[in-house]
Amino acid sequence: MYKYDPIDQQIVNERVAQYRDQTRRYLAGELTDEEFRPLRLQNGLYIQRHAPMLRIAVPYGLLSSKQLRKLADITKKYDRGYGHFSTRQNLQLNWPKLEDTPDILAELATVEMHAIQTSGNCIRNITTDQFAGIAPDEIIDPRAIAEIMRQWSTFHPEFALLPRKFKIAVSGTEKDRAIVQAHDIGLEFYKDTEGQMAIKVWVGGGLGRTPILGTVIREHLEWQHVLSYCEAIIRVYNIHGRRDNIYKARIKILVKALGIEEFKRQVEEEWAHLKDGPLTITQHELDRVAKYFEPMPYKTLPAHDAAFDAAVASNPAFAAWVKRCVHAHRVSGYRAVTLSLKPHGKAPGDITSEQMHVVADLADAYSFGELRSSHEQNLILADVQLSDLFAVWEKARAAGLATPNIGLLTDIICCPGGDFCSLANAKSIPIAEAIQMQFDNLDYLYEIGDLELNISGCMNACGHHHVGHIGILGVDKDGSEWYQVTIGGKQGNDASIGTVIGPSFSAEEMPDVVKRLIEVYVRERQDEERFIDTVRRLGVAPFKAHVYAEKETA
Amino acid sequence: MSQLIQLSANGQASIVADEWTRVVPPAPAEESVRKQAGKVVLFKLTGELTFTPEQIANTQIPASGKILVPLTVWQARKAELEPRLAAGELGIVLATHETAEALQAEFADLNSLPIIAIFVERFADGRIFTLGAWLRTRFGYKNELRAIGDVLRDQLFFHKRAGFNSFLIRADRSAEDALASLNDFSQPYQGGVADVPVWRRVNRA
Ligand code: HEM
Ligand code: SF4
Repeated sequence: MYKYDPIDQQIVNERVAQYRDQTRRYLAGELTDEEFRPLRLQNGLYIQRHAPMLRIAVPYGLLSSKQLRKLADITKKYDRGYGHFSTRQNLQLNWPKLEDTPDILAELATVEMHAIQTSGNCIRNITTDQFAGIAPDEIIDPRAIAEIMRQWSTFHPEFALLPRKFKIAVSGTEKDRAIVQAHDIGLEFYKDTEGQMAIKVWVGGGLGRTPILGTVIREHLEWQHVLSYCEAIIRVYNIHGRRDNIYKARIKILVKALGIEEFKRQVEEEWAHLKDGPLTITQHELDRVAKYFEPMPYKTLPAHDAAFDAAVASNPAFAAWVKRCVHAHRVSGYRAVTLSLKPHGKAPGDITSEQMHVVADLADAYSFGELRSSHEQNLILADVQLSDLFAVWEKARAAGLATPNIGLLTDIICCPGGDFCSLANAKSIPIAEAIQMQFDNLDYLYEIGDLELNISGCMNACGHHHVGHIGILGVDKDGSEWYQVTIGGKQGNDASIGTVIGPSFSAEEMPDVVKRLIEVYVRERQDEERFIDTVRRLGVAPFKAHVYAEKETA
Repeated sequence: MSQLIQLSANGQASIVADEWTRVVPPAPAEESVRKQAGKVVLFKLTGELTFTPEQIANTQIPASGKILVPLTVWQARKAELEPRLAAGELGIVLATHETAEALQAEFADLNSLPIIAIFVERFADGRIFTLGAWLRTRFGYKNELRAIGDVLRDQLFFHKRAGFNSFLIRADRSAEDALASLNDFSQPYQGGVADVPVWRRVNRA
């Protein structure tokens, strides 16, 4: 993974000093709340329901064991002994003290970490596929370019105060796992007819209050121009994006208002001035950064391991875990492992500091000391030998990190919701927990198969409910908490936004609503059809009919 | 004590006396705003207030000395202001919703202006940075470029890198204190108006 040179280190150190002084001035009353707000936000600090929330950047989801141990120590020392992995691959602390945040950032800087631009109206952490570099369907490893873009976007002098936040995702695989279409800019890497690395550029996607999937603004962009092209897009947005209404301030609204043709015309006009200028990435710079993302020193291993095969055959619990949590790898004899942060009945994405230490140890012992976070809020060991899987499973299981539910109904994506977030209409974590308990039967979960259930506590959509096969959204009706349900949303190359099935439900009704949706699916499905396929084939009607059946007669 | 920070040609910052008087149109008559809302008060796509013709007509222009005049006032009252420009006593204030093109349409040679000031009503309005960068790079403007309005020390580093070389710190804040923020970072990653990306600037091996 990328290692800081003295320049990178100096930048994060200077940032700590700058922020320490800003916090001091705020506490001394020299900065108003309003003035401090963008400063703290650009350091990941929200002021929340119970305490501030600090969002720590995990650039494109890559972490070293050393960094994870530091995070474990920080959660122990400054928080309540746990952290929360977010849907944008970052780590959030729910209970830090404002006065402590400069010290936390100083500790982070010692392990090449920071909280820069994890919030605020600026370019945010760039996200990507958690299997980057090892996925069998990967065409191009986008991480070197993602790192170059991280540096370009860090304290960009023109884009510190955009109309609204700006999210970029990169992906270099056949099957998109980074939801590039749901980002302000999505960069899809591919090899062009000349065999060169090229990029398809999507713009204007975003979830939130007005969910919109992105549009292709450029089919073919040579990688050298990715900075100048993004700069052109963001300049047009910076000047013309709305600033009078935060709900209409995202780039997606501008693209819709102008139309993609006009927006593209303006971008290309701007780009004509920037193209081939100093922003053009040199081969030398790409090579300098890319050398940090070279393949691990893999052993030459056979494709099969007899002991592993025997363990799968004789141990059903292990076999179940292998089926759900172990993923293909491009190198023979290796696998990627997802450590589930979704044990039934616990807040999705939460991890204790003890568990962080376990994961760091696992990474050191079995996966070259590195791990990744996924936007599904799990952790990944990317490079595990087949022969080590059993040992990894035993240790992960002992630490509560081996729930074999990856990709299943209980692998819920969930925002912090009303328990922590002051914007929430409704709680979301208890809903996730109740649904997990309702389906706390692995055999039934396997029978249901692949299903993505996403929950957001309000229309800001931090929990990606629009693209969940089942989406749950907290709504406020006369001051009480209700939940609106959508089905048919999907992430990936054929992304879609879910359809609302009808009037909303109370919290107590929710587990039963999900149960009924599943009953219709189990009744109607054909062959190997997944839930999402059945919804797409039949539409909402049969689901709606069954879910509301009693309500109508009552 | 002056609120004006200026950078010398070699980048040295100091607090200097302000020679320029800002010409500000009078507040709109409240009555007329309410009655004629939507007609007189023009909202651009981004929702800004622009000066009404009455405001522009009623703007008091000092008879002598160096003056900074809003672009719209210049546009409407060019005849009386032209001699001031010729005497080197006129600079233009651009609001963040106005365009560099509009300025260029008035002054084919922007360098005939000794100073351009960009007025930012709220510090969180980041258009000022792109406007500054455009004036310096696209439009070849070389003279003084000043940030005025809600100008606070925590944005100064960005202003500087976006091409501004003078900063009028908001009246209730210390310009002295603000000086420190101009040097928050010693080796930024990306290029700015006056420098190239770090990987073109230094050898990172
Ligand atoms: C607890 C405090 C949080 C607050 C106050 C907060 C605030 C917001 C707001 C206001 C939006 C809507 C922005 C817009 O529509 O332009 C948003 C969207 C989002 N947030 Fe959060 N959030 C919080 C936590 C989280 C967490 C924990 C996650 C990840 C698990 C997250 C991930 C996201 C994502 C992915 C979006 C949607 C992105 C999009 O609109 O395209 N946020 N958040
Ligand atoms: S979706 Fe709403 S409730 Fe949930 S974290 Fe985001 S802002 Fe808070």
